[in-house]
Amino acid sequence: MKRRTLLATAALGLSVAFAGTAMAQDKTKACFVYVGPIGDGGWTYQHHQGALAVQAEYGDKVEVQWQENVPEGADAERVLTQMALGGCNIIFTTSFGYMDATNAVAAKFPDVKFEHATGYKRDSANVSTYNARFYEGRAVQGHIAGRMTKSNKIGYIASFPIPEVIMGINSYYLHAKKVNPNVELSVIWAYTWFDPAKEADAAKALIEQGVDVIASHTDSTAPLAEAAKTPGVIGFGQASDMAAYKPSPRVSSIIDNWAPYYVKRVGALMDGTYEQADAWEGIAGGEVEIGEITDAVPADVKAEAEAMRDAIAAGTYHPFTGPIKKQDGSDWLADGVTAPDGDLLGMAFYVEGITGDIPK
Amino acid sequence: MLRLEKRPSPSAFWQKASPFLAVILTMIAGGIMFAALGKNPVEAIRTIFWDPLFGEFAFYFRGQLLVKAGPLILIALGLSLGFRAGIWNIGAEGQYIMGAIIGAAVGLALYPTENRMIYPVMVIAGAFGGWAWAMIPAILKTRFNTNEILVSLLLVYVAQTILAKAATGFLRNPEGAGFPGSRNFSSYPAASNPELIAGTGMHWGVVAAFIAVIAAYVLLQRHILGFHIKLAGQAPRAARFAGVAPNRLVVLCMGISGALAGLAGLFEVTGPAGQITIDFNVGYGFTAIIVAFLGRLNPVGILFAGLLMALTYIGGEMASTNLGLPSAAIQAFQGMLLFFLLASDVLTNFRVRLSTKAVA
Amino acid sequence: MMFGSIDPALLLASVIVASVPIILAAIGELVVEKAGVLNLGVEGMMIMGAICGFVAAVETGSPVLGFVGGALGAAALALVFALLTQYLLTNQVATGLALTLFGLGLSSLIGQGYVGIKPPVTEDVPFGPLADIPFFGRVLFSHDWVAYLSVAVVAAVWWVLRSTRAGLVLRAVGESHDAAHALGYKVTRIRVLAILFGGAMAGLGGAYISLVRVPQWTDGITAGAGWIALAIVVFASWKPWRVLLGAYLFGGITVLQLNLQAAGSAIPVEYLSMAPYLITILVLVIMSSGRGKASLNAPASLGQNFHASR
Repeated sequence: MKRRTLLATAALGLSVAFAGTAMAQDKTKACFVYVGPIGDGGWTYQHHQGALAVQAEYGDKVEVQWQENVPEGADAERVLTQMALGGCNIIFTTSFGYMDATNAVAAKFPDVKFEHATGYKRDSANVSTYNARFYEGRAVQGHIAGRMTKSNKIGYIASFPIPEVIMGINSYYLHAKKVNPNVELSVIWAYTWFDPAKEADAAKALIEQGVDVIASHTDSTAPLAEAAKTPGVIGFGQASDMAAYKPSPRVSSIIDNWAPYYVKRVGALMDGTYEQADAWEGIAGGEVEIGEITDAVPADVKAEAEAMRDAIAAGTYHPFTGPIKKQDGSDWLADGVTAPDGDLLGMAFYVEGITGDIPK
Repeated sequence: MLRLEKRPSPSAFWQKASPFLAVILTMIAGGIMFAALGKNPVEAIRTIFWDPLFGEFAFYFRGQLLVKAGPLILIALGLSLGFRAGIWNIGAEGQYIMGAIIGAAVGLALYPTENRMIYPVMVIAGAFGGWAWAMIPAILKTRFNTNEILVSLLLVYVAQTILAKAATGFLRNPEGAGFPGSRNFSSYPAASNPELIAGTGMHWGVVAAFIAVIAAYVLLQRHILGFHIKLAGQAPRAARFAGVAPNRLVVLCMGISGALAGLAGLFEVTGPAGQITIDFNVGYGFTAIIVAFLGRLNPVGILFAGLLMALTYIGGEMASTNLGLPSAAIQAFQGMLLFFLLASDVLTNFRVRLSTKAVA
Repeated sequence: MMFGSIDPALLLASVIVASVPIILAAIGELVVEKAGVLNLGVEGMMIMGAICGFVAAVETGSPVLGFVGGALGAAALALVFALLTQYLLTNQVATGLALTLFGLGLSSLIGQGYVGIKPPVTEDVPFGPLADIPFFGRVLFSHDWVAYLSVAVVAAVWWVLRSTRAGLVLRAVGESHDAAHALGYKVTRIRVLAILFGGAMAGLGGAYISLVRVPQWTDGITAGAGWIALAIVVFASWKPWRVLLGAYLFGGITVLQLNLQAAGSAIPVEYLSMAPYLITILVLVIMSSGRGKASLNAPASLGQNFHASR
């Protein structure tokens, strides 16, 4: 009985102990949880660049901490608690799989702000979510792909059948089709986010099928390196710029640029204007950056692609604007209607014209 | 030159003292590595070994030690029986995944029924899932003489694909807006595995691990089956004369280790992890092999080895966040600790002698 | 045709290149296991080879020196394993797994400054007119020198194990270290050499991934290839040519399943991605059920430590 009370007190002490540490410090402490190693050169690397940008922006006024390689689930919950106990004021959790852990820990530490990337749950007032509209970048890539392909076959190396990836495939295909009605899309599901050798094999398989433009939704440069071996095949940098493969096969890239958002949120926390948010920025907010379109792309195509980029940034063009039908021929968007965010976030269907099935 | 001389019987002193010597040696070697990385070695070592147990927030981390060690101990116990008998189940990771999937599937199929019997049924289903997955290599071995190392290892990859399919397909949360991942069990009380006493980390999986330690101890010391297992490993021919049927032993040992791994998976998915996700498994099945040998295949030894591994994970994470050590350095440090622990065992069985002659 | 639009010549050529890292690592591990040592640290040694090879190639500008560096780096890590298991008599299974953990960590520390760099290119061997032969030119004469080396190593290991005195001694040590010791062979020394050879081969395989297959450095670049190599050794029943067969079978199905996806096959993707593992198991079952059981057995002393009392 005695032991029980003691433990209950200790549990209660959790939040009390935290309040104490928060008072004690004058610096704002921004903490980041990464799902992979910083050296992955892709997803985690780009988040870390954002963290470093926060440090560079605010210098002595902030302390930045991070933890790499945190598995999703129980381990994430522990790391988050550890960070909250350790006095972090704002914690960025940078993988979809941290969603439930983030909300669970946030409920216990109401004074700490939590920012969860790519999720949709905001169970308590101190949880915000943020994401980037990568499909905007895919639209630009699709345009380039449709104009550049000579074989009329374009490819996409996909990771897992989740809305994020399906959204990218649809956007890529729609914009290729728009400028090249004969285009055919081949999708390979790698069932991994990161396995360079397999990604290389996937790229090779696409090339052997006559595909000459490859986009990838996995993290390594392997597909580009593979494309480099066959003249005439081009591809795109994914997550980071992958500038080593300029000017060809890397003709452009989608760069995840989290720095503006991180700097903005930490800044807001420091000057007291912080509010719960559900941010989904794209090219306009600077989170999705289109890497330099190289001279391997003809000037007119480059100009069109840049015009599309600018139109998206200006808000005058939405990549999913009707009329668009689903793969089964049923209507999705009527003429002139743009896709509601909810449809995009839960996207589980191909648009009309894509062959093959999404694995179920 | 130094020479090793076999002791007539293992030294009782070194059996207890060698792990401590190994930890001290690791602290020295690891300290040098941390210093080389430009960190304060004393602080790093203290953060890893002291803070989780006795530091400011130890009230939280002591419980987390149990959460982390529970599945490791449970799986390692099962594996140790097989390893003693010379049966090599390398695929506990796959059995862990299948236990989680089958157990979770039973629970989710009954959602949202509330009934006291649901959780026990799920536990049985989880054990069954792991057992059934382990029966594939066991039966292939007894029926076709197929090597169990290869089959159990390759089945891990198959299980991972099924897991991805479960998370994105048949077990996906119908209210999750198309995102991958099952329902979270924390919001389904009849099927969840919460902390039994708040703040202690104790959940049914930890309880099961403790029971399993005792059961394995009794089995090996008192039961005829335990005797057969030991005999089969030490003297296979003698075992055959003693009436041990090798095939029966394979089926039994693989079955027990599979069922325990499946249980660990079920407790993890319903408790600390909370849901089926694409990356649900975090390598417990492989780490447990190390734990089994670190504990010298002895149930009590495995208990301590599991706790020590958990300590290095949790302490390592703290060192990584608080001191900015790369998580790779922590991995290398864990490797070193294992090297020293394994090497120090030599003192238990051998005397180190100064030899006048050159070594053969 | 069965494979629709898939060109068999291109497919076979891809398989040969895709299998090189696994062949190299597996043939090295085969020699280690033939000597009676079970080193589960192949993944760790491969990734050390990958980073050491990458660093050496980038710093010297020479891919050849890169491969040498990869072999040396991985052999150095294998030396740790050799010291622990052969002199301090640690448990081989646990030491091997610890080696993988250590290798993954250390490689990432070494590689911190090398993310996003392109290594020097390893050129294909110029076969001149041979490369223009229809079908065979593409399949056989369009690769880099390491691909041919991998087959040569398999042949060499086969020949040494089968026809030379050194091979006989190595096998004797693996079958019964006590008997080999009684005959006056230096069991420990022979095993250490075998472990170093295994390390060097795993290193070459790892370097092939970071210098040719991918080519770049990122953390965890080997992504489990070492485990597949271990499985292939067992699959091969410790016979060198079967390593080649196993690696080509596994690599072949992996490449084929991706090609089938690219060609728009109707087979559900998740079954395709399980196929390499399932078919490897199935083939092993067929092979092991048909023949005399003795020919499939592991070296008798596999995994057991040896300590000479005198």
